[in-house]
Amino acid sequence: MYNLLTGPGLWLSIGICLVGLFVRGVLYVKGLNWQLDRVAYTAHPKAGIKGALRSIFFWILPFGTRSWRTQPFMTVLFFVFHIGAVCIPLFLYAHNMMFQEKLGFSFVSMNQTVADMMSWGVIMSAIFLAIRRLVLPEVRILSTPYDYLILFLSAAPFITGLICRYEIGDYSFFLIVHIIFGEILLISIPFTKLSHILLFFLSRAQIGMDFGIKRGGMKGKGMAW
Amino acid sequence: MSEGTLCNKIPIQTDEALKILLSDTGGKQYYQEMKSLDVDTRLLWETIGKTCKSRIHTWLKICAHCGMCADSCFLYRINDQDPKQVPAYKIQSTLGEIIRRKGKVDNAFMMMAMETAWAKCTCCNRCGLYCPHGIDVGIMMGYLRGLLYQQGFVPWELKIGAGMHRVYHAQMDVTDDDFTETFIWMAEEYEEDYPGLTVPVDKVGADIMYTVNAREVKHYPEDLAEAAILFHLAGEDWTVPSKGWEQTSLAMFAGDWAACKIQVESVYDAMERLKPKRMIGTECGHAHRATVVEGPYWAGRKDGLPPAESIHYVEWLAEALRTGKLKIDPKKRIKEPVTLQDSCNYVRNHGLKNITREIMSYIVEPGYFIDMAPNREHNYCCGGGGGFNGIGLYREQRNKALITKRDQILDTGAKLVIAPCHNCWDAIRDLEEEYSIGIRWSFLKPLLIGMVEIPEHLKPKE
Ligand code: HEM
Ligand code: SF4
Ligand code: SF4
Ligand code: SF4
Repeated sequence: MYNLLTGPGLWLSIGICLVGLFVRGVLYVKGLNWQLDRVAYTAHPKAGIKGALRSIFFWILPFGTRSWRTQPFMTVLFFVFHIGAVCIPLFLYAHNMMFQEKLGFSFVSMNQTVADMMSWGVIMSAIFLAIRRLVLPEVRILSTPYDYLILFLSAAPFITGLICRYEIGDYSFFLIVHIIFGEILLISIPFTKLSHILLFFLSRAQIGMDFGIKRGGMKGKGMAW
Repeated sequence: MSEGTLCNKIPIQTDEALKILLSDTGGKQYYQEMKSLDVDTRLLWETIGKTCKSRIHTWLKICAHCGMCADSCFLYRINDQDPKQVPAYKIQSTLGEIIRRKGKVDNAFMMMAMETAWAKCTCCNRCGLYCPHGIDVGIMMGYLRGLLYQQGFVPWELKIGAGMHRVYHAQMDVTDDDFTETFIWMAEEYEEDYPGLTVPVDKVGADIMYTVNAREVKHYPEDLAEAAILFHLAGEDWTVPSKGWEQTSLAMFAGDWAACKIQVESVYDAMERLKPKRMIGTECGHAHRATVVEGPYWAGRKDGLPPAESIHYVEWLAEALRTGKLKIDPKKRIKEPVTLQDSCNYVRNHGLKNITREIMSYIVEPGYFIDMAPNREHNYCCGGGGGFNGIGLYREQRNKALITKRDQILDTGAKLVIAPCHNCWDAIRDLEEEYSIGIRWSFLKPLLIGMVEIPEHLKPKE
């Protein structure tokens, strides 16, 4: 079972994730339409690129925008959740050992204490994100079961990962569960809202170009996000 | 298929149809008929298939439902944090739902969507600055308005407004002759005080082609005179086109994209005909948005730019003051607390945030200018944008929406509000009428007239 999951299973889920994201990215860009979107995407490349980069940069910077600054609680949750969600899968020592063994390459690994803190961070912030959805009326009205499912799918590999890390219960059983959740997450990325991993950058680039080219970017210093 | 005689899917094309619809005071019969107007669900779904491409589609799909946009919307804040006013909710429960149902929605749904699109959003685009994914609900509401307009679900005044643009190429029943005659007549009225004051009509190759808002012609002709006087004093080589002089677009508020194209092409034709170095529009926000920012796309111009460089009045004014074409008498500068309304349409949506402050630095005695908070691209809508000001059906909601601006103004302590935008000016006038907070409000032109120095050679001879 373990070999099946970390062999063909791993290849397949990573493959589906990457190919799927690639297709979504291509479809997104192909579906942009200068006249319908009312943005002359290609006519002003310099202003467009500048607008796109500014729009991405300030938003991936913690407290980098007015919106992040005015909602500090959400900002902390978002960044703690996302830093862990992006770094742990790629830079955890145990993951890299497996990558090396099964895929033949690995990334740098991070310090175990940092990794522990990040994983706890992901789980704690996921819990608070769920509570936030339940408690705040303006978020509750938007939330659908699908949103909770996505949150659960995202947090599950981290919860099971920590169970393995502390060797609670039957290690080999929880390791299998952990890998299954991880692979479900990978596979669901291109088909669900989780596609935002790529589409965030494209959507931000788009609105950045909109403001950069059409809505004032060529007039002054650009949007003070 | 049930279509009303007044309320139907057919745009207004003739003066006669305009008059008939106008005579239905307040749209009584119009709204009555709307209650039984059918939805052409096939057309709706087909249109979405053709026009809802990756940008809007992705916005609807990846919206994290995180609610970070809630507090950015002044209508959410002013309506006691009603969750139904959260931008993401407003669009998900209308456009999002239409798409989920593949266009199969009924009359009651469209009525709800109409109220959402015109009474719960002014298309101020502020929420777009607060969403981590860059989702601009204002843009989507504009798109939704287009779908609603196509189906005949549009507020009475805006159906008329869009019709005006189709028939008169202006937002009101002002003809080309009315325009030139009024402008010339107004200049004549002031010729004694400003010898040599003229209104050059259809001059080819002038430095400036000036375009206006039709209501200046109809209701505020003083504004035309002031524009002429300031160009005259600045020694500008300017002209107005006898056709294509109207810069505004109620069609944009209505979501009548075909009329938007007709309107803006009339102005572009004037530019092609008169070949001015630059086009300058009057102190209006949505007019600038329509003609300079969005217009090129309606007209199919691939570079996204009008045929001639086009700037807002505040850009010209700042330049004239900066270069000394217009000189302010320092004694006449404003010496009372004064604040400034940032128009979403050219500040947030066209980057002109510092230029108006530069003007303030010339016309206000240092220490007297007080910014509202928040300001610049983060300003709140005046409360009457996107057509809200003009829709009788939603007057009550609009009046409530004015409270945001009222409180922002009160917080500055200023008694004078400069509003270089027709819509904002109206909203601020209405908020004073509604809430009597003891303020005055003004465009820039009349203030400038009172403080510019008249060059020796332009003074009237005794
Ligand atoms: C570079 C990669 C990523 C970027 C730029 C990114 C960006 C975003 C943004 C902008 C939001 C919406 C704002 C918000 O909820 O506050 C969001 C939400 C979310 N993201 Fe990501 N994300 C990334 C990767 C991931 C990954 C790898 C996961 C899962 C493991 C993930 C799971 C989620 C979840 C569950 C939400 C919804 C949070 C909630 O319930 O409010 N994201 N992400
Ligand atoms: S802030 Fe953006 S992602 Fe969050 S609910 Fe609003 S529109 Fe959706
Ligand atoms: S565009 Fe303005 S009015 Fe409309 S939802 Fe966004 S913030 Fe609110
Ligand atoms: S009327 Fe003025 S403040 Fe209101 S939306 Fe339009 S430009 Fe913005």
